[in-house]
Formats: sequence, C-alpha cells, structure tokens
Amino acid sequence: MSAELLAPLPDVGGPAQPLLEIRNLTKHFPIKGGMLNRTVARVNAVDGVTFDVAKGETLGIVGESGCGKSTTARLLIRLIEPDQGEVRFDGQTVGTDISVAELRRGVQMVFQDSFASLNPRLTIEDSIAFGPRVRGVANTDAVNKAHDLLRRVGMAPEQYARRYPHELSGGQRQRVNIARALALAPRLLILDEPVSALDKSVEAQVLNLLVDLKASLGLTYIFVSHDLNVVQYISDRVLVMYLGRVAEIGPVESIYTDARHPYTRALLSAMPSMDPDRRTQEAPIAGDPPNPINPPSGCLFHTRCPFAEAVCKTTAPALAPVGESHNAACHMEIAGSGHSRAARA
Amino acid sequence: MTATHRPLVEVKDLHVRFRGERNVHAVNGVDFALDRGEVLGILGESGSGKSVTLKALLRLLPEKRTVISGQIRVGNEDVLALEPEALADFRGKTASMIFQEPMLALDPVYTIGWQIAEAVERHEKCGRDAARQRALEMLERVRIPSPARRLDAYPHEMSGGMRQRAMIALALACKPQVLLADEPTTALDATVQIQILLLLRELQRELGMAAIFVTHDIGVAVEVSDRIAVMYAGRIVETGKVADIVRRPSHPYTRGLLASTVHGAMRGKRLDAIPGAPPSLNEAPSGCSFAPRCKEVLPECSQSLPQAVTVSPAHLSRCVRSTPVTA
Repeated sequence: MSAELLAPLPDVGGPAQPLLEIRNLTKHFPIKGGMLNRTVARVNAVDGVTFDVAKGETLGIVGESGCGKSTTARLLIRLIEPDQGEVRFDGQTVGTDISVAELRRGVQMVFQDSFASLNPRLTIEDSIAFGPRVRGVANTDAVNKAHDLLRRVGMAPEQYARRYPHELSGGQRQRVNIARALALAPRLLILDEPVSALDKSVEAQVLNLLVDLKASLGLTYIFVSHDLNVVQYISDRVLVMYLGRVAEIGPVESIYTDARHPYTRALLSAMPSMDPDRRTQEAPIAGDPPNPINPPSGCLFHTRCPFAEAVCKTTAPALAPVGESHNAACHMEIAGSGHSRAARA
Repeated sequence: MTATHRPLVEVKDLHVRFRGERNVHAVNGVDFALDRGEVLGILGESGSGKSVTLKALLRLLPEKRTVISGQIRVGNEDVLALEPEALADFRGKTASMIFQEPMLALDPVYTIGWQIAEAVERHEKCGRDAARQRALEMLERVRIPSPARRLDAYPHEMSGGMRQRAMIALALACKPQVLLADEPTTALDATVQIQILLLLRELQRELGMAAIFVTHDIGVAVEVSDRIAVMYAGRIVETGKVADIVRRPSHPYTRGLLASTVHGAMRGKRLDAIPGAPPSLNEAPSGCSFAPRCKEVLPECSQSLPQAVTVSPAHLSRCVRSTPVTA
C-alpha cells in the first residue's frame, strides 16, 4: 500500500490519449442581495470552456484579472464544484469512472501565495509528508520521501526540513510548495501564478527548477499566469481567456507571432518594450475590462474591439480553426459570419 | 553637470534605519540628483530600499521608528529640516506621490471630486467652487470618461484603472515640480498598465514636471525613464541613461537582473538565474552587498564599499571590477 502510493501512476490511455479533457466547463457565481437574500446577479466566471491537455506538454493559460483563469484551475481539481461540464483524466470521467480523491492523486496544484498555502504550524517536512500520511503511507516512508523531495527542489533537508514556513524566503517557500505538490507523484501539476509574487532573480531560479522537474519526472503542466513573457518561455501551447471564455488557443509560436483574436493582439502589444528607442506610442486598446457581473452581449470583447460590427454585438462567436491546431473565437475568422472582414460562406 | 547648474532634487548620503525589535538598515548611503523635467526610474527587487528612498523624500516614514540621516533637497526646501506646517505645504505642492494601490491611497468616505478640491483649496487658498472647477479639469486631463459625473463618485464605484487615473489627477492638481510614483501600475492589468504609463509620460511632458518612478519591472522603467538607477540592499549600484543600463550594463547585479528577466527569445534556453537571495540588512553592510551572490567576486569586495566608477559618460557603477572611462 505504502510504496504503491509513492510510485507514479500508470499511463492508462497511451500517448495519444490527452491527459486532461475539459468539455463545456461552466461556473456562474450567484450574487445575493436585497431583503430576502435572493440571487440578484451572476458572475459568469467560467462559461463553456473546452480544451485538452496532451501528455507531457505545458499549457499556458493567460488573461487579465477576472477572466476566469484561476477559477478554471480550481474547477479542474474540484476545489470549486462546476455548474456544468465534464473533466476526463486520462480518458476517465471524474465523478463516474474515478472519484475526486483519485483525480487529486494524479493532479496537484501550486498556488501564488507561498505563505498562505502552507500551514504555519507545521514544519515543512510535515507539510510535505502530510498528504502521503493521510493516504496511509507509513510515517518513516513519508518523511524519507519528504527529504528526497526537498533535495529534488534544491533545499538540503539537513538544513531546512525542521524549519517553519516563516523561517524561509518567498522563493524557498515556493520550492516547498512544489515539493508538497509532488509528494503523491502526480502526473499533472496545475501552477497558478507560481512565480508572480517572486522577485525577478528568484523567479528565474524557480522557472529553471520547474523545467528540470518536468523533464526528470515526465510531468505535464498547466501554467496559469498574467505574465506573457513567462508564459511564452515555459509553454508549448497557450490558451487566452477573456471574461470566462476561451478567446484563442494554439501553439505558442502561432499565438505570439500570428495571433488572430484582436484581444490576443492587444494583450501582446500592451507588453512594455525593452527597447528605449522603440517605446510604445499608443495604447492598443482603451478602457478597462468590463465588469463580469453584467458582461456585454454577443462577443464579450466587442465593447473594446476596434473591429466590432453589428454581428459582434448580437452573436457570440464559436471557436473556429485558424491554423494548425490553432483556434480563435472571432467573427472575422468565421466564413459567412456576416462580419465585413470575414470570408464569404 | 556644470558648477552653476543646480538640479531640482538632490539627495546626498541618505541613510534610513528602522528601529524596533530588530534593526533594519533599509537605505545605506544613496546619492542622486534629478533635473527639472527629467524622469528617473529606480529599479530594484523587494527590500532593495527603493520605496523607502521615495517615501523619505516626502517624509512619509513613521518618525518614531525611523532614523534618517543625510541630505534631501527639493527645490529650495531642505526636506529633512521642514517643520510640520511647512511640510504640509511642501507635500502636494512641491512634490506629490502616487501609490501602487489607489484603493488604499484614496479616502473611501469622500468623493473623488471632494478629495481633489480639498488639496487645491489647501494649497492655492482658493474658494470651493474654483477648487471644484480645477478638480473637473484634472479629471478631464487624465481622461476619465464623463468627468462631471465622476466628480461625485466614491473610489469603490470606479474600476482599478479609473481609480489610478483619479489618484494621478489628485497628485497633479496643484502642479507639483516633482512627481513621485511608487509602483503605480503594478496592481493593474496589462492592457490598462500601458494606458496609465502613456498617460503619465504625456502629462509629465506637458507639465514639464520631473518624476521619480520606483518599479521592479525593467519593461516599465524603460517605457518611462530618461535615466535608471538600480538599487540593491539599500544602495544604488549602477546609474545611467536607459540605453546604457539596458544595452551596456556594467554592474554584475544589473547584468544578472537583465539575464534573469524572462522574454520570448529565451525559449528553450536555461535561464541564467542569480543564485541565492538578497541579504537581510539587520547589520549595516560593510563591503559590497552583492558579493555573496556575485559570480565575479574578488577578495577585496567584502572589505570595503566599492567606489562609484564612471564607466562611460553619465554612467556610474559601484563595482571593484568596473574600469573608469579614460577622459
């Protein structure tokens, strides 16, 4: 029992089977108010999101605050119960074929706030060994495994194992969080802004560590971030979210060099330039992202889009293929959509 | 800089130490000067003393727990010697500040218009109506949509980007000579950040105002600054024109910071990260604070503080390996 739990999970479906299949994932948070505490409005945090994650790849999820990227991450691992939609892990549907507990054996998560996600009263050795212990691994095995993992994330157990989270720096705490996520030998790590709270020099150390761990343990990553530079560095494919929906998804090179959705293009040109002779002269889009409580009709981006036409205000565009495994949800890319820039049907 | 030339802001040998359960030597000898209309970017990681330096310029640090020494001159004012009344005149009129989190910097129980008008009345000694008129002009200037209506809005009724615009309007309402900006776009989304940076750049030029921008983001510093000062462990380790810092960095820390800043061209390559973490600053550093993490460390690095060396015109680096330019 004990040794088995610390060994990696077997590959069930073979290499062609996506590790994770997400179908029509939806979460609307009700907003209560008024005298009778009735639902007065809804936040469409995640609205019909569909994508796959192939074995061994890194999928980056980008978007601005409130776009639903973190909610999507939490729905995947059932920290939040979805309203609708299906999650299949290696071909097995969560809830029918496998339980949530079994899903979490294969999928673990690392959060942005390295301090809040560790129990302040546990030594880091106990934090890492906690999961395996709960699942029935013998105490000495769990502690040995914890020491082994600390070594793997570059922290000498002799020096650090008995320390408490407050005795560590932010970068070290994030290493501990990564070690803890690996304690049950998962196949998929969901990294929710794992380096956003770190300084640049420490961020580079943690990114190097993530790249090394992925190669040596054969992991698959979902990397959620608002930092387009980091996502470009680490991802194989990129998913761009806007107000709870997928705006565009495709291979990292296509997204960064041939983005088709006007929002993706705006997001990319909003990155500060590193060249003092080529400073940004004009903001790519005006205004703030709309309030997700009363989102616009039709295409959610039409209120800020320079190409918006009548059809954009009335009809939500579906994801349509625009290139090799590259999809965008924009009427300009859908033949016969009625947009003047779209091809005729 | 000629002998007759007098910069607008001059900081000499600034030290800031926080007392308490433990001592923290936050700023350990900072010197810089800023001309009229010039924008200085102070770049550094958390704990480098960049925000503390900025707050010292407005005397915003808690007096009881802070020991400040050195000289700060802004315009004709010796900032560290100002009496309370004179300090209140100085803040907002000669120098004013914008912060990272507008929700915390603005007062939640007063409308935006009221807060701007209050500052105008205090400094310009004008009537309520004139002050309100100025508040309206400022909201137009920072391009808040339907400004007349927004005068009566409370901070919580606005989005993050709008609140940051409102705070800029408040800071600039009395036409200060120098604007101090402490990570003004860090809390904003990417598409909003660039709008605010462009707005600040435009207003700074229009008003001919000097500005100091504190940021941890090299991209932001490059977008707005004329010169950049790189801080590490409470000292400026390198300063120079933006192009010199970005293209010809001299100090090993600046080079390390640039090498570990991720951008697209690095895909597939291993990042050249700086090992270790910044020092704790419980003790005043004696030698070069970067020595324990430096790949090119020499025995003399930890013995005494390296002198600032002019490596090219107006480009200084505090490293024993820096070679001075031959004049």
